[in-house]
Amino acid sequence: MIFDRLLIVAALSSLAFLLLVLELIRRRRLDEGYALLWLVCGLLFLGFSIWRKALDYLAGIVGIYYPPAALLLLLIIGLFMVMIQFSVVITRQRHQIKSLTQRLALLEEEQKQVFKVSLPDDGR
Amino acid sequence: MKCLIVIPAYNEAASIGRVLESLAALGRGFEVLVVNDGSRDDTVSEVRSHGSATVLDLACNLGIGGAVQTGFHYALRHDVDVLVKFDGDGQHLAQEIDKLLEPLLAGRSDVVIGSRFLVDGGFKSTFGRRLGIRLLALVNSLFLGYRIHDNTSGFRAYNRKAIEFLAEHYPAIDYPEPEEVVLLVRNGFRVTETAVVMAPRQGGSSSISLGRSVHYMAKVLLAIMMVSLRPVVDKHRTKVPKVMALETNCDEK
Repeated sequence: MIFDRLLIVAALSSLAFLLLVLELIRRRRLDEGYALLWLVCGLLFLGFSIWRKALDYLAGIVGIYYPPAALLLLLIIGLFMVMIQFSVVITRQRHQIKSLTQRLALLEEEQKQVFKVSLPDDGR
Repeated sequence: MKCLIVIPAYNEAASIGRVLESLAALGRGFEVLVVNDGSRDDTVSEVRSHGSATVLDLACNLGIGGAVQTGFHYALRHDVDVLVKFDGDGQHLAQEIDKLLEPLLAGRSDVVIGSRFLVDGGFKSTFGRRLGIRLLALVNSLFLGYRIHDNTSGFRAYNRKAIEFLAEHYPAIDYPEPEEVVLLVRNGFRVTETAVVMAPRQGGSSSISLGRSVHYMAKVLLAIMMVSLRPVVDKHRTKVPKVMALETNCDEK
């Protein structure tokens, strides 16, 4: 009984989670490319919480006696994957900001040379 | 009429020279703009040595959508009437440009897509790609109410109205073409197709490699669904004074 209740809660919360992600994409707060991993995780979680046999099977494979605990394992794996994706994206953005900043500085210097315009003195 | 050819380029050094030559050989005096999307090869120096095109050299790789949108911003600033999007890999043929311009100049459409699939002959892409393209055509036709056959074709022409809209709303992602079609039609633009012949790419590699096709399709299908769920862009709320001022200028000419 408790077992079933847990799975119902898991199914409902993953459904709510999926809707949240979709709504965020619709409002352009989230790009499809970045949302895809969230959606896949949400769908997997939903699938395993509805389909009991698959959950039992998964628990059997990895040696978990209490199948709903396998859901937690799934959740943690999903979170790790998304967090690694975040790290990759943040690193890429850091590189991009760096090269943007450098290009801007070089451009300002070149512009000074070309137009011989004295930019406002910042008092240094 | 001022016509601008926009070529988004990512690592196209092997082919961009020949593409620029074929455009110059047209002798139509079209202005050519190459938007270099952070190439790691000699694309920029190839274009500069050719001397017939303007180069915008993006500081970082933005993906095809971001590069193309840069071209639309440039077109807005330089009072371009018609923008033609053209590939730097040699797939698109310069002599086919007039086929795209004809429906625009006749006032029959706002955006014209050059389609590989409306005529026999020419290069049609690989079997797997064609399958994906057919699926996109099917899905898009559900949202459009009519069929656009070549939703991934990047060979497109836009009138001033479409340039103004897309400078602000172009999907700045790395998979923009099919979504762009739905976005335009949903916002009241007349999008039509015209038959063109294409060639296989001359150099470089496609930005959509085969292994990433499934990922690409998932993103694109999701994007199409989402764009059709979004409200129509409220034209009365976005930059009305600017657009109206530009329209009066056109009338005066």
